[in-house]
Amino acid sequence: MAAWLKRNFFSSPLSTALTVALVALAVWLGPRLVDWALVGAVFRTADPEDCRKATGACWAVIAEKHRVMLFGTYPYDQHWRGLVAVALIFAMMLASTVRAFWSWRLLLAWVAAMAAALALQFGGFLGLPHVPTTRWGGLPLTMLLFLGTVAGGVPLAIVLALGRRSDLPAIRMLSIGYIETIRGVPLVNVLFMASLMIPLFLPEGVNFDKLLRAQVGMILFFAAYAAEVVRGGLQAVPRGQYEAADSLGASTWDRTVRIVLPQALRIVIPPLVNDIIRAFKNTSLLLIIGLFDVLGGTMAALEDPNWSRFYAEAYLFVAAIYFVVCFSMSQYSQRLETSLARGRNF
Amino acid sequence: MAGIGLTSPASPPAVPPRRRRRGWHSLAARRLAYQVVAVGAVVALFAYLFGNAADALRRQGIASGFDYLWTEAGFGIGEGLISFSPSDNYLRAFLVGLGNTFKVSVVAVLAATAIGFVVGLMRLSANLGVANLAGAYVELFRNTPQLLQIILWYWLITRLPGPRQALSLAPGLWLSNRGVAFAWPASHPGWTVAGLALLAAVVLSVLAWLWAGRRQRATGRRPRLGWPVAAMLIGLPVLGWLAGGMPTAIDQPVLRGFNFRGGGSFSPEFTALFLGLSLYIGAFIAEIVRSGLQSVGRGQIDAALSLGLARGQIYRLILLPQAMRVMVPPACAQYVSLVKNSSLAVAIGYPEIVNVSNTTLGQTGHVVEAIVMMSAVYLAISFVISALMNWYNRAVLIKER
Repeated sequence: MAAWLKRNFFSSPLSTALTVALVALAVWLGPRLVDWALVGAVFRTADPEDCRKATGACWAVIAEKHRVMLFGTYPYDQHWRGLVAVALIFAMMLASTVRAFWSWRLLLAWVAAMAAALALQFGGFLGLPHVPTTRWGGLPLTMLLFLGTVAGGVPLAIVLALGRRSDLPAIRMLSIGYIETIRGVPLVNVLFMASLMIPLFLPEGVNFDKLLRAQVGMILFFAAYAAEVVRGGLQAVPRGQYEAADSLGASTWDRTVRIVLPQALRIVIPPLVNDIIRAFKNTSLLLIIGLFDVLGGTMAALEDPNWSRFYAEAYLFVAAIYFVVCFSMSQYSQRLETSLARGRNF
Repeated sequence: MAGIGLTSPASPPAVPPRRRRRGWHSLAARRLAYQVVAVGAVVALFAYLFGNAADALRRQGIASGFDYLWTEAGFGIGEGLISFSPSDNYLRAFLVGLGNTFKVSVVAVLAATAIGFVVGLMRLSANLGVANLAGAYVELFRNTPQLLQIILWYWLITRLPGPRQALSLAPGLWLSNRGVAFAWPASHPGWTVAGLALLAAVVLSVLAWLWAGRRQRATGRRPRLGWPVAAMLIGLPVLGWLAGGMPTAIDQPVLRGFNFRGGGSFSPEFTALFLGLSLYIGAFIAEIVRSGLQSVGRGQIDAALSLGLARGQIYRLILLPQAMRVMVPPACAQYVSLVKNSSLAVAIGYPEIVNVSNTTLGQTGHVVEAIVMMSAVYLAISFVISALMNWYNRAVLIKER
């Protein structure tokens, strides 16, 4: 114990000084933090005056406003539908972390789960009132658009990556042009394009749902980045695999779909998870084009002047949601990387 | 299929006479056909889309084209490197936005790099407390949305006490809900001279560095330039300041009415965006610095130690040059990302290029033109940064025979 302490905290004069400084900081900050977050905090009240008088945090703002933050403008008495949809999605995400489940059955289960979540949100059957997409919001909106981005983006990314590696010059140039253009502009820009230019570009009278436009923008953006990740995987498949496929007389289709892609995708899963995490964080940009995702819902909730001074607590709550999801995904991707690297022979 | 290659026929099979294949069965024709179809489909799609757009604009009575840039904008812009009034035209508004994008990007890139280096080194510290603190920072900032961080900074700043009860962070540095106000040397020609002298000193140091490299290649001995260059970098600006009349007046921010006057200042929007960009990207750069330094083999350090190099020398001469090779490409990607993410300012109202373009397209209806212009700016910036990175990569490539 003493040796461990010496090695890790007092190995040199500089290290000792840093340890002393850190302990001093902890002693100064710790009690204040505990006092603000726990001792002096108000956890439950319907009256913002109670919070005003308190010395600590006002977590009551979350208890009071969580409905708007988590479900946006969705009809109040129907919030349970969003809750079920989100629970379903998180359950599927958890199940997908188990490698024993990785098969086409999991894919089918995902399709079924997404269909169920969407059906729940739309309603209009079995006595569930129909809810138009303009009223969707909060965490269900965030999760559905996030999953839609991944589900639509990964196939497009594979096509683009194959296109970029194609030996047909025109196909290669088109893929490169697309990938580099999208990667060269901000997502805000792509979302503006999707929300402002799509209505302009469609023939008169054709109406395109605002939510769907945002979804198209997110997919187009995600696919360009994911395509580069997939390309990395394609490049990592040794030439010998291509040559072996050719020498067996496999067609280009068979070579790509049965030999190269399975190996490439296996390599790219961990870096792809990093892109997926970014896609999840990027759902917060939906508020810029006027959709009420979790962050948008929170900003809407804070428009209530009685509660707006407790913005920090509300934003910390949203940050905690994002952090839990993103951090677990990134830890999972690191674990996966080591376990997938095992038993790979190149 | 099963027998192929295993049994060889007694006599080679009769080779069919080579026949030029025509039509669909010729590979060349198929390749051409695929490409024509792909390009044709893309061209047709674009023609269709733009045809619809042209119709829609004609119905709305909007003349497409960039002529609107020369009409009066009629809106104000809070801040900018060049002055702007509502009677100026849209082109000038665009340039003000461009300047603001550059301003926040340059400052944030420098800050993110500094944060990244410090935190990256902290993560590798032998002191577990320091390493874990840095690790907590990195995970916290990387795993929450950047937009959320920017918005939180903005709310924090705009809900600070007003200038009358401003927080004093240091002598001459004030923080209030109007942003940051700080003391700054009063404008004087002497400062201009000193600034030009500093610029000259930087150019001369780069030249000296290039010359030293040439000498080293020619003679095998590198001229020791450390002290002379340092003396020049400090001495020339001081000389310029002396020659320019030794201005010493400092312009202090003074509370007048409801805000500070004089000195320098950063608006709440700029400050929030700057914090959001530099702290977020800084966390990513810290990881790049860490993995870059870790990529240098342990044997390199052992070899340097056995040669008797000091700790500082090992960092400067052995670790950094090799780590840079690994660090620069991903760091450049982060810089590009920082510049692009400055567009998140649209959510808090810092008047950078997307914000100004958004106002412009809302007022004029020139949606396509405004979006094309801002896309072109970002594409150009991305292109320049990656071109610089490629040039650097070629320069530091391990020269193999």
